[in-house]
Amino acid sequence: MSGQPNPRVGLFVTCLVDAIRPSIGFSAIQLLEEAGCRVEVPQAQTCCGQPALNSGDEKDAAALARQTIAAFEGFDYIVLPSGSCAGTIVHGYPNLLANDPVWAPRAQAMAAKTHEITSFLVDVMGFHTKGRRLEATATYHDSCAGLRELGIAAQPRALLAEVEGLEMRGLEGNDVCCGFGGTFCVKYSDISNAIVTEKAEAIERTEADLLLAGDLGCLMNMAGKLNRRSARTRCFHTIEVLAGRAGGPAIGEEG
Amino acid sequence: MSAPEASVQVSFKNRAKTALADRTLKIAIDRTTGTAEAKRAVAVAAFPEFQDARARGRAIKDHVIAYLDHYLEQFERNATASGAKVHWASDDAEARAIITRICLDAKARLVTRSKSMLGEEIGLPHALADAGIERVETDLAEHIIQLAGEAPSHIVWPAMHRTREQVAELFKIAHHPPPAADDPATMVQSARRELRAKFLGADIGISGSNFLVADTGATCTVTNEGNAELTTTPPRIHIVTAGIEKIVPTTAHALSLLRLLVRSATGGELTQYTTFHCGPKRPGDADGPEEMHIVLVDNGRTRMLANEFREMLRCIRCGACMNHCVVYRQIGGHAYGGTYPGPMGSVLTPVLNGLAGSRDLPNACTMNGRCAEVCPVEIPIPTLLRAWRIRSWRERLEPGSLRAGIGVWAVLARRPGLYRLASRIGVRAIRLFGKGGWITRLPLAGGWTAHRDLPRPTGRTFMDQYRAQQADKGDRP
Ligand code: SF4
Repeated sequence: MSGQPNPRVGLFVTCLVDAIRPSIGFSAIQLLEEAGCRVEVPQAQTCCGQPALNSGDEKDAAALARQTIAAFEGFDYIVLPSGSCAGTIVHGYPNLLANDPVWAPRAQAMAAKTHEITSFLVDVMGFHTKGRRLEATATYHDSCAGLRELGIAAQPRALLAEVEGLEMRGLEGNDVCCGFGGTFCVKYSDISNAIVTEKAEAIERTEADLLLAGDLGCLMNMAGKLNRRSARTRCFHTIEVLAGRAGGPAIGEEG
Repeated sequence: MSAPEASVQVSFKNRAKTALADRTLKIAIDRTTGTAEAKRAVAVAAFPEFQDARARGRAIKDHVIAYLDHYLEQFERNATASGAKVHWASDDAEARAIITRICLDAKARLVTRSKSMLGEEIGLPHALADAGIERVETDLAEHIIQLAGEAPSHIVWPAMHRTREQVAELFKIAHHPPPAADDPATMVQSARRELRAKFLGADIGISGSNFLVADTGATCTVTNEGNAELTTTPPRIHIVTAGIEKIVPTTAHALSLLRLLVRSATGGELTQYTTFHCGPKRPGDADGPEEMHIVLVDNGRTRMLANEFREMLRCIRCGACMNHCVVYRQIGGHAYGGTYPGPMGSVLTPVLNGLAGSRDLPNACTMNGRCAEVCPVEIPIPTLLRAWRIRSWRERLEPGSLRAGIGVWAVLARRPGLYRLASRIGVRAIRLFGKGGWITRLPLAGGWTAHRDLPRPTGRTFMDQYRAQQADKGDRP
């Protein structure tokens, strides 16, 4: 638990949320404020650099790492609504900048106070979902980076369990990749399609009303496939449900 | 390497496409990897010290890799003292030359071979054929792919790409007499009958080795069929081929690694057959070969010692990474186009065949990390794949379109004001391509929309909406 009751939190919205689904960013602000944080959204943020990092372009990835560190290192905590982007800051930045005597310690300091939002709410703030009600059945997909790089599994489930009326259903292969993989899904689109098809079949078998996950990239992939298959499953980011926004349009529904 | 370098790059995507269209292949892959995954999970759950054992396995391998020269020399001394002859091969061609020379010197006509991925790596099957030597594969799965004229598609189950039904068809044609029925027991019986006759008439038996034990000079082979024993004992000459990274200091270390290997590969606790070969037959021994040759193969391994792929030398060839890989489970082993498929193969193939011809392999990965999670010696496979991507970028092997795309994106991402503007314009533009909540076709995003719909951006960017909100708040007293 943090020493301070009202930490100053820098919210890294992530580029996908910024462009495709701002509602996730507003859910994050709402939950962080409910947890007692003072939230700011630094205007110097753009993208964490993953497209460069995963393409092997270390130079641009390092430049973006420095830019992001400079924009956020003054906060008590840096929080992101994405396990994948949080993982990049926590593990990617210190590796990228390991040989830079000035930036290596700054990258490490930044990594130590950067969190994915559900793990931040539970592990750091001791937050509980209160007064949320949603009559629905839902299933949860563990996005790979959050699960394996940051150990996020129990926290979102604990928060979702506190939503009254929400019945969670197990998903077969919940910890198996959905086939998104950033640029992978367009570079190797046939393989990605085969993977996400299996994922969609497993989701449909649960017959749950909702699919929840913690990364918009994976959600777009799964939701886009489910829609192409004319499945009825509605897809939300976990924190949209926690913030009481699941009454509004799901991913791909018109507002 | 025997595989032509360019073919790996030119046709990875095509091979993958062909594999994806093959529904029977998918059934075969799912059966084998699904069973392997389930059994491994049970075995790991029943072994509470598994994480400690992994850490120890990793430490053993790291230690021998750090002192490889010392242990290899110790092994050579002890193996020589036990009467074996040790040969050193710096690459695949040298290994092939050494082995064919031994065969030709012995005037061997028939060679039996028990499954060894190193043998495949150095192109041994072709080399024997070129030298006019008949080769009989004694492992059941290798027997199947030899009959089918195929390469292994998995490092533990080389014929996993074939269903039982397909194997039955194959045996019906190739076995004399054909098997009476197509249940597994009858088919195995039929294969045994075909193979047994050859075991006894072979001049030379060639095996691989799972461990080279430095302090005894023994080579250790593990199988579940007992075919290695029948390959290495009756013939007059036994040849062992092994990569130099197979070395361990003592038998106890070999057994520590064996506990990890078997659980990770098949979910068993121990292989059915675990044999230590220590030199040729001695006076008074009931059986055994008169000559034993051990061919130690480098083939790129000492290069890996000195570069960023060093950790890959820990690999004990259990196959768990491919069993748990979403890509492998869709396309199978042949699509990778190298000796070693799956995640470990995507690290090794560029070492063996060159990066230029295999740059697709480290890229065709979602970086989900499941391979590293199950690897019994904690190899950070995604990190190593990323290291190949970095090299590929530096050596300008990536397509120009990707480089240009990343270049433009990076220019914007490094200028927050410009990036805001570009996002604003981009979102507006993309919204034009859809009605309602979805976009079903989008120029330049065909890879996405070919298979799935794209959620239409819901409106103004988060940043624009947030700034407007803040401005509102500021206006209020
Ligand atoms: S990389 Fe690890 S999991 Fe894969 S075959 Fe080697 S030891 Fe097994």
